[in-house]
Amino acid sequence: MSTGTHSAHGHGGHDSHGHDSGHPESTFKGYMIGFVLSVILTAIPFWLVMSGTLGNKDATTVAILVLGAIQIVVHMIYFLHMTPSSESGWTMMALIFTVVMVVITLSGSLWVMYHMNANMMPGMDPSQLP
Amino acid sequence: MLGFWLYLMSDCLVFAVLFATYGVLGANYAAGPSPKELFDLPLVALNTSMLLLSSITYGFAVLEMQKKNQNAMLLWLVVTGLFGAAFLSIELYEFAHMIHEGATPQRSAFLSSFFTLVGTHGLHVTFGIIWMITLIVQVWKFGLIEANKRRLLCLSMFWHFLDVVWIGVFTFVYLMGVLR
Repeated sequence: MSTGTHSAHGHGGHDSHGHDSGHPESTFKGYMIGFVLSVILTAIPFWLVMSGTLGNKDATTVAILVLGAIQIVVHMIYFLHMTPSSESGWTMMALIFTVVMVVITLSGSLWVMYHMNANMMPGMDPSQLP
Repeated sequence: MLGFWLYLMSDCLVFAVLFATYGVLGANYAAGPSPKELFDLPLVALNTSMLLLSSITYGFAVLEMQKKNQNAMLLWLVVTGLFGAAFLSIELYEFAHMIHEGATPQRSAFLSSFFTLVGTHGLHVTFGIIWMITLIVQVWKFGLIEANKRRLLCLSMFWHFLDVVWIGVFTFVYLMGVLR
């Protein structure tokens, strides 16, 4: 009952910075949407891998990576309350910067090291050593 | 709050580097055990649900804080801490089981990077629980004052952030490890 009025308040006062923290008001509805979506987005990848329904490793890999990425966005919105306007947009700026750094770190490392391995490994194969 | 968010983003970079290390070294078993032989997916699923449940119970604590129900807030905080402790216990059980089978961090590059990545996450959860206990005592003694509210919201971000990192861990390490 009280949650109903609360969520209405939360939606209405989304951009009002009544709090000095600038943190948007959390709502029961928001947390439940996030929780239910997270449960679904966690259950599907585990089910895909444990049952092998897709029957194809590459397709399953792509599917669980996409589902994982969607779940991260769900957590960002419903649990961490990320909005473009929170803290005058500075949290979003910091997030975008971090995502760029993370993508460069991950893709760069994997790309470079994969080619290093592809070029170096034959000579380093333990079974080929005397 | 913005300052704490920036700390979380820097922590995010720490985890990105650890993920990259695992991504590079994760296939080097040195003729040791492979992820398929080691990982127990039902146990990981149980662990994941513990962390997800602790996220929603922390959300309930924040909602009670907004309604100024101090005792209900403390109760949800204790429940969150218990879910966090359950997560850690399951993880330590898994580590102990692996080490008992000879899959120690020294065994292969895969296991070194695995224990570093998952262990760092576990260490973060440990410190989150310590912080939570500290806050429970703080609120118990001084009530829901403005400073404690700010601390509760900072811990909320920290705790949900750890759940976000765990999504990466169970997808990238456990599920993709078993698929390989």
